[in-house]
Amino acid sequence: MFEHLANLVAFGLLGLGAESRVGAAVQFFVMDVTKIFALLILVIYVMGLLRAMLSPERVRAFVRGRPDWQARGLAVTLGAVTPFCSCSSVPLFIGFVEAGIPLGVTFSFLIASPMINEVAAVILVGILGWKLAALYVSAGLLVAWFGGMAMQVFRPERWVEDYVWKIRMGDAAAIEEDQTLLGRHRYAVGEVKAIVGRIWAWVLLGIGVGAIFHGFVPADWVTRHLGGNAWYTVPAAVLLGIPLYSNATGIIPVAEAMLGKGVAVGTTLALMMSVAALSLPEMLILRKVIRWQALGLFAAVLAIAFTLVGWAFNVIA
Amino acid sequence: MKKFKVLGGGCRNCEITANVIAQAAKEAGVEIELEKVTDMARILGYGVMSTPGVVLDETVVHAGSVPAPDQVRAWVRG
Repeated sequence: MFEHLANLVAFGLLGLGAESRVGAAVQFFVMDVTKIFALLILVIYVMGLLRAMLSPERVRAFVRGRPDWQARGLAVTLGAVTPFCSCSSVPLFIGFVEAGIPLGVTFSFLIASPMINEVAAVILVGILGWKLAALYVSAGLLVAWFGGMAMQVFRPERWVEDYVWKIRMGDAAAIEEDQTLLGRHRYAVGEVKAIVGRIWAWVLLGIGVGAIFHGFVPADWVTRHLGGNAWYTVPAAVLLGIPLYSNATGIIPVAEAMLGKGVAVGTTLALMMSVAALSLPEMLILRKVIRWQALGLFAAVLAIAFTLVGWAFNVIA
Repeated sequence: MKKFKVLGGGCRNCEITANVIAQAAKEAGVEIELEKVTDMARILGYGVMSTPGVVLDETVVHAGSVPAPDQVRAWVRG
């Protein structure tokens, strides 16, 4: 349906040749804009209706006081279903510390949360198929699990700002939820507005980059340089992704275009994870609670983890 | 007079939330007291981790997003 519409716009309405570069780019753009935004609205609405998204306050209550491995498992899986705005990272971090949750577990949560979420997962299935979606999600969970564990080895507690330890948190506020169907509908519409309002620019940007890649980058050049035979393409993709930031959903169309032109799977996954999980703005926000040493370590651990994942998938594929 | 507090470390949505409440009060012709709380210790003191949060007369009534307009109207009038 979306492909048909895109063909109609690009080749019919605008009269572009199907073989031309501009035609291919426009067709890609129209198809992805309609498909991704339709999926976004649908998925967020349904999640809102089910109230399937968890608040960080509830995650904290679930995780606190559990043995390490259980806490980590919960932090990673709950991180994947808790959409939180990076502007909330500071209170979230302090709240976890105050609950006595080990820092390594908190880092696991901070890795999983931006990288994986149920909305991005559904769109991944819709755009790239369930196999790649499963690969991305399981790779993300693995990195979050072991990344947080690796952080713990370096005793990051010594880099936490002093004031953080002094804060005492009040009882988590129990907010009344309107559980009637109308209440749920209102909540779901609100969620759609809030989340789409927050990420639409990233998604559009991602589709634009994907469209240009799809239309203008020659496939034989890609196969020669990014086909996965050269070992350095994976670390290069990770390094490229560190200064770049996009929402996890926004990076999907870029990955779609890359895979379509024959970029190796591991290289693509490494770029996706690096762009979604590592971002300078979030680092600057976290600087309020931890010192540079911990942030540098955080970036290094993630960069190494993404590189290893990328290499592994390139070898398997 | 009702006392509102908007909890949040200066993010854009916190500003929007404060404006929405001020606007709703003006429209309803109700006088309120509105304070923006940016100090993390105080925000967490209310048990709120996801900002923006809204406190009405020392009770947390909302957290994690910009509240819906009809919700805000209900608080102002209520």
